[in-house]
Amino acid sequence: MQKWRAARRLLRYSPKSLFDPRSNPNSEHSISRSASGFAHCVDGEKYHPREFPPHIEHKKERSLWNTTERGLERTSRIQYRYYGSLASKIQRNPSFTTLNSDDINYFKSILGEKNVIEDEDTLLSANTDWMRKYNGSSKLLLQPRSTQEVSQVLKYCNSRRLAVVPQGGNTGLVGGSVPVFDEVIINVGSMNKIISMDQVSGVLVCEAGCILENLVSFLDNEGFIMPLDLGSKGSCQIGGNVSTNAGGLRLVRYGSLHGSVLGIEAVLANGDVLDMLWTLRKDNTGYDLKHLFIGSEGSLGIVTKVSILTPPKLSSVNIAFLACNDYFSCQKLLFEAKRRLGEILSAFEFLDNESLNLVLNHLEGVRNPLPPSMHNFYVLIETTGSDESYDKEKLEAFLLRSMEAGLISDGVLAQDINQASSFWRIREGVPEALMKEGAVYKYDLSLPVEKMYNLVEEMRTRIGNSAKVIGYGHLGDGNLHLNISTPQYNDRILAQIEPFVYEWTSKHRGSISAEHGLGLMKANEIFYSKSHETVQLMASIKKLMDPNGILNPYKVLPHSIISYS
Amino acid sequence: MKIMVAVKRVVDYAVKIRVKTDKTGVETQNVKMSMNPFCEIALEEALRIKEAGIASEVIAVSMGPANCIDTLRTGLAMGADRAIHVEATGPLYPLSVAKLFKALVQLENPGLLILGKQAIDDDCNQTGQMVAGLLGWPQGTFASKVVLDKEKQVATVDREVDGGLETLCMDLPAVITTDLRLNQPRYATLPNIMKAKSKVIKKYTPEDLKVEIKSDLEVVQVTEPPKRKAGVIVSSVDELIDKLKNEAHVI
Repeated sequence: MQKWRAARRLLRYSPKSLFDPRSNPNSEHSISRSASGFAHCVDGEKYHPREFPPHIEHKKERSLWNTTERGLERTSRIQYRYYGSLASKIQRNPSFTTLNSDDINYFKSILGEKNVIEDEDTLLSANTDWMRKYNGSSKLLLQPRSTQEVSQVLKYCNSRRLAVVPQGGNTGLVGGSVPVFDEVIINVGSMNKIISMDQVSGVLVCEAGCILENLVSFLDNEGFIMPLDLGSKGSCQIGGNVSTNAGGLRLVRYGSLHGSVLGIEAVLANGDVLDMLWTLRKDNTGYDLKHLFIGSEGSLGIVTKVSILTPPKLSSVNIAFLACNDYFSCQKLLFEAKRRLGEILSAFEFLDNESLNLVLNHLEGVRNPLPPSMHNFYVLIETTGSDESYDKEKLEAFLLRSMEAGLISDGVLAQDINQASSFWRIREGVPEALMKEGAVYKYDLSLPVEKMYNLVEEMRTRIGNSAKVIGYGHLGDGNLHLNISTPQYNDRILAQIEPFVYEWTSKHRGSISAEHGLGLMKANEIFYSKSHETVQLMASIKKLMDPNGILNPYKVLPHSIISYS
Repeated sequence: MKIMVAVKRVVDYAVKIRVKTDKTGVETQNVKMSMNPFCEIALEEALRIKEAGIASEVIAVSMGPANCIDTLRTGLAMGADRAIHVEATGPLYPLSVAKLFKALVQLENPGLLILGKQAIDDDCNQTGQMVAGLLGWPQGTFASKVVLDKEKQVATVDREVDGGLETLCMDLPAVITTDLRLNQPRYATLPNIMKAKSKVIKKYTPEDLKVEIKSDLEVVQVTEPPKRKAGVIVSSVDELIDKLKNEAHVI
């Protein structure tokens, strides 16, 4: 009786809190429609994405649905991905148990009453991702304060087969940081101590819950900078950055986290603490396991401490905001910049005209640095060096030369830090502006630089007037952020985007997820960028390190490959 | 009419200031320097007046060691027609700067001298007023709006004062110091940066201008303000009253 009542409460609960205001007003009727839709569930057989039946389910809202068979013994809940897509049915893994009061008491005994959160309002925000696209239904949020506590929690969850979601700043863009069903959320945000900073080597050791911007301020005092910089720095935590191998704006200069992270301390699914927190630049003793945790999005272990090599803070930072007439000029400009600016180049970003218009329309206090006229593309170039006048001269010479060669049609050079921040605000503000514009389908692709914008143009032709297609991104790394903006999420438009965008990327041997990761959104799409054998080996590693599959389930690896005992 | 604009090279507004360990001043080595924000606003206003056709030439002036040239280059890149650099090593206090400006004004005869209301490194807010006094010119300080009348040769200035806004009308030539809300300075565009390379920067020394630099001021010590102490949470109104009475002595 209890389970049935609980399920009924969930069903009544769902319309209020799990419905997004932007969902289709006709959604009320879908609940009854879904009854018939359940007859044919995808039951996790091996499949190749292209073999999928192309029927589209018009599921606009979440519905926690309870089928009771033979009285009240079994409840099976089927979850629909919020915004609907091809093959969007995921079943809750029946081998995971559900929380009971003993579990909660145990957690309270380890973590203390304050750090075991069942309050609905707090849970609501922890259950929802930044884009408000993915909603979980976790009933418990845990906030451990030390590695030891994380270890004890995981050990217990593993023994009880309770699924967990590691969470940091919850700024991920592929639904990897929020529960799919009722996984217990383990948020490491309370573990935010800076452990040590070595002035000579530049190695920073800190806990996983440190917010990136706080680390940047701390390092500023010490004379160093973080090797990565992203728009979400005010909220994202270093543990999450490392777990997702975040890229960001400075990758073109400082490389990826695989190079800057020197050591990790992680807790495995069974509670074992793996101390690989060395601070050595060079250490060739055995297999370098920390790389498994960088980029595996919490599916192999929870990162609790990080040691990272931080570059020294150089005094001369210059930034230019340029306009180009066509994409070919942007490419040539990149080619020239790498040669003429060479070692001082620290960022090379681009945005198209539509992106700039979005930012100017939606963000406050942002103005167009260039005199108003029609330009098609904008490029942001940043240089970082140790000699102000030398760098400025070099940059000016490069820019004037490019202007004479016709690569740039116009541009401005920031004269002080405020102007520099305003240029960055424009580039970093595009995701925010997109959110304000309406619903957005976001794609993060690595493509050969020459072909990059062709995808945007083809998508534009494909979609026509029904949605706005914009492209921007880290041109220096060959990373395109393709975004399609519509007033509301719309399956018809989604069908025109997917799988076309993945197929296009795959055809050009690109990556369907350059830096955002796979999370929930692209878990089943991995085959577009990785071979079957590779994915099989990944699944074996996952099975080895997490036999019960409790760490961040349903994500990263395709559901067809992961078979639970 | 010519407009002369004063620009100063200061530590960038966004930089976190640190006091030197010997307490003689603020750390300026390896720190980003740029044009004083109020001077940027002053230059922007001068450029707008020139674009409106009321002035024919904008001259940017800076005083100090050789690296002032950087700031003058920025000024030229924004659109100033030419620049003057008064080279002087050693500290330049507002009175010396004012005397130098008096000499320059007598040389160049501008119709308007625009300065920033204060420099963000010393926060003196004195130079503009002193120059006006030395020249015997009217002054419109803390300007948030400037309207010039070419025929009547009159400037109407809205000043930001504590009580609100005060509007003054003054004959040209006059001295104006600019406040934050006057305008939003333009960026230095590449074509202008290119043109700036061929613009002239004339150098003078205080001796050329027959001004003696003597500082009657001496900086004794520079210290950081005391760190703010953490607050105390009181548990009841009685405790609050007790603390206000016996500890803070305010009631």
